[in-house]
Amino acid sequence: MNTATMAYRNLLKTIHNPDNFMDVVIQPVLFMLMFGYLFGGAIAGGVQAYLPTIVPGILMQTMLSAGSGSGAQIREDLDSGVFDRFKSLPMAHIAPLAGQLFADSLRLLIATITSLTTGYLMGWRPAVGFGWVVAIGLLAIFTGWALSWIFALLGLLMKSAGAVQSASLMTMLVLSFMSNAFVPLRSLTKPLQVVARLNPVTYVITAIRQILATGSWTHESLLVVVVDVVVVAVFAPLAVWAYDRN
Amino acid sequence: MTANNAIEVSHLTKRFGQKTVVDDISFNVRQGEVFGLLGPNGAGKTTTLRMMATLLRADAGQVKIFGHDTVKEGRLARSMFGLTGQYASVDEDISARENLMIFSRLNGLSRQAARQRTTELLVDFSLENSADKALKNFSGGMRRRLDLAVSLITQPTLIFLDEPTTGLDPRTRTQMWATIRKLVKQGSTVLLTTQYLDEADQLADRLAIIDHGKVVKMGTPAELKRQVGGSKLQFTVGEATQVASAVRLLTAQVPNTIQRTGQRLSVRLNQVTELTSILAAFNQAKIAIDHLSVQEPSLDDAFMALTVGKN
Repeated sequence: MNTATMAYRNLLKTIHNPDNFMDVVIQPVLFMLMFGYLFGGAIAGGVQAYLPTIVPGILMQTMLSAGSGSGAQIREDLDSGVFDRFKSLPMAHIAPLAGQLFADSLRLLIATITSLTTGYLMGWRPAVGFGWVVAIGLLAIFTGWALSWIFALLGLLMKSAGAVQSASLMTMLVLSFMSNAFVPLRSLTKPLQVVARLNPVTYVITAIRQILATGSWTHESLLVVVVDVVVVAVFAPLAVWAYDRN
Repeated sequence: MTANNAIEVSHLTKRFGQKTVVDDISFNVRQGEVFGLLGPNGAGKTTTLRMMATLLRADAGQVKIFGHDTVKEGRLARSMFGLTGQYASVDEDISARENLMIFSRLNGLSRQAARQRTTELLVDFSLENSADKALKNFSGGMRRRLDLAVSLITQPTLIFLDEPTTGLDPRTRTQMWATIRKLVKQGSTVLLTTQYLDEADQLADRLAIIDHGKVVKMGTPAELKRQVGGSKLQFTVGEATQVASAVRLLTAQVPNTIQRTGQRLSVRLNQVTELTSILAAFNQAKIAIDHLSVQEPSLDDAFMALTVGKN
């Protein structure tokens, strides 16, 4: 109940400041075009052949970057006086955090739609049909949302919004590039392959590619869902703990 | 505990690293009174208030609000007070109406009740004309009014005000005082922190003067002033040559120390009636005096006498 009100509050804030949508609208388009046309020829022998690789890659990168925004948002909010009032209200302490993250899932949704549409316009035509595209979209959003709890914890533990932002950016860059998002794992040196295989983002992208290739929920994709649930179950209580400590 | 105490603070202590910011503070606030925490910057007023409002965890000691421990029964205690922080604790990015609606909902009002309360408060605090403008365009006074309005959504019987008029112009300040008085009249208990002595004098029934994290004095404004001593007599001697004999005459009449700045003399009276004989003596000695004033001791005097040095 309170979470819904808090989500409404964060939505209002976002709507009053449309700049907040810049990163989820412009970034995926830019990256999709740049990476597609720059590396398509080198990596896959052509843009069309590269699209099945890069669309899930950019999609997950965008999820990471949109999800990482939550941490800085929360830090900024905490530093303003209004959080004092939230804390002095008789409501559950998870509500302000959950409200923020639910409102942020709108950003995730927009980011997903932009990424997939850009891919489509560049000629990406998944054979499995629209239903499965929606399914991978939802899987990506849920994963992004689960990850945003980790970034929320980061935001609560670090001192300034600037520090949260740069830490989030670095995490996002490392996680998205040290994976199979843009290049086949085989092409990497052995040590780098180990790193990429340890990176959870690799598994999410693999799961999405498998769904798009086979048109069915694979083991990988179910594993991703389970891990996402575990991440939320672990990091949401940690975030509330950090919030209380603040 | 006594049934008519709104707040009971006992042995409250807070340390930030090595520094003890609040040092074993205890006091009670009775129901229906305005209690002021007065002190210089950095004395520990806001820290004390933040612990009372459950925003900060105390290192030792406890706070009870209407008998409920703020740690063990935090949620219940929180439902019993409204808080207006030092920095406007409202959302900058959204409008006054949206702020009131959201906080009404968070306070558990139904959608309809929230809408009704929002309208009432907008009218009460003369904000209805700017209700839908973003707060970014609000003046400091409007923001404070909205802030107070938000604290009053649930009509709490206890209100915490942290430096409610800091940064406000004199007119808005007077309006704020009127609003606070109105609340008290309606039966609310108010705890406020302030660094303005006239504000404490105007509003508070009882005061605790805080310095270096300790309560140095507690009492009504009148009691605190009395501690400093009686009224202060000031006048200027007409002729420079007569100042010395004026001082002699005055010494004979009043036992207190006389302060002299050029031709201006000032002395503390034990009783105002001493004035008659002083004036008679001057008249007899044909010493002309000018610019005479008798001042009640101000809270400023009490404050200066009780607080030491810079924080």
